[in-house]
Amino acid sequence: MGKTVVVDEKSFEEVVLKAKTPVLVDFWATWCGPCRMVAPVVEELSEEYAGKMVFGKVDVDQNPTIAGKYGIMSIPTLLIFKDGKPVTNIVGFRPKDQLKKSLDTALA
Amino acid sequence: MPEVLQYDVVIIGGGPAGLSAAIYTARARLNTLLIERGMVGGQIVNAELVENYPGYAGISGMELTQKMHEQATGFGLKTVTGEVTGISTEGERKTVNTGNGSFAAHAIIIASGSERSKLGVPGEEKYTGKGVSYCATCDAAFFRDKPVAVVGGGNSALTEALHLTHYASKVTLIHRRNQLRATAIMQERIRSNPKMALRLDTVVDAIEGNEFVSELKLRDVNTKKNCTLEVAGVFVSVGFRPNTSFLKSIVPLDQAGAVIVDENLQTKIPGIYAAGDVRSRSVWQVITAAGDGACAGIHVERALGGYG
Repeated sequence: MGKTVVVDEKSFEEVVLKAKTPVLVDFWATWCGPCRMVAPVVEELSEEYAGKMVFGKVDVDQNPTIAGKYGIMSIPTLLIFKDGKPVTNIVGFRPKDQLKKSLDTALA
Repeated sequence: MPEVLQYDVVIIGGGPAGLSAAIYTARARLNTLLIERGMVGGQIVNAELVENYPGYAGISGMELTQKMHEQATGFGLKTVTGEVTGISTEGERKTVNTGNGSFAAHAIIIASGSERSKLGVPGEEKYTGKGVSYCATCDAAFFRDKPVAVVGGGNSALTEALHLTHYASKVTLIHRRNQLRATAIMQERIRSNPKMALRLDTVVDAIEGNEFVSELKLRDVNTKKNCTLEVAGVFVSVGFRPNTSFLKSIVPLDQAGAVIVDENLQTKIPGIYAAGDVRSRSVWQVITAAGDGACAGIHVERALGGYG
């Protein structure tokens, strides 16, 4: 089972900004086809990187403030946060191997 | 060495071509595996409304392909998630390699589809996700009450433009020729929509802005005059390029990178077929992709008669 956490405007600060490890946040919406392609890959990564990183997902439709704050204008967008700041911005579907490289860079 | 699972047929890609092929090979009682890198359905899952697939006056791309997948699964199709990294051939035996293991097969059907072409102008890459988009269904809601542009003149471009009119304050369709390529009914809808503006014979030279896109630099191809169009977003819909990067040096590709096939949809390598958007001379329709899948499936069935 994946370990992705559903994050909303109430929990964003606690789960993402105050995290001790890097956090990958998947910005998505129900109407977005490619988001559904990204989701299973993120689920797999959340198992493989369990303990090393936190994996969250934000529904931009229900949480427009977070999406607005980070300038999300295209989904799926994956943002990797480190020490409360976004350090990597990945727009659109990417193969798993490519995402792993981005995660490894963030963890290095 | 991890165990290599053996199948009769391995299909690469779970769009309409791959799913239709699967229905045929699974019904032929060939042990069939479909490998999909993301989610089954292919590019058409982004289409809110498909109106040119016979039997459905209107259906979403998502629902249509889910039905296809259920149908194929009902006949025995197995599906795995994985990114195909390459194909190796050793005589009759062919192996499809993925990040999640290798699968051997007597026949392979490549149905890996296509993705949106880039426009190839300054600013496009920089502003991807900051106003440049390739998917109106995904991103239209971010442009509520803002002016946007769509680049392209085909059915996909006009479909995207019409979807955007539900959100944006104004939608300008920019096309490099003096006529749209899209089918007549789509043109009628575009021309009668009060939110739409048409800029024909016009090309985009650059996409500009600060943090986000704020304007396009346009050029009239006849008068060579330049002008600026203020937009918050630009949706690029200028055709497709086949997903064949994993196939280089495995099967011959045409100049556009699409897989060259014969009339049975077989590539130069016996036992390897290609169907749908990924093959040479595709017309990029769900119905033709499905037709290709059926055709490839039938020829695989005939070729594997001895195994089945």
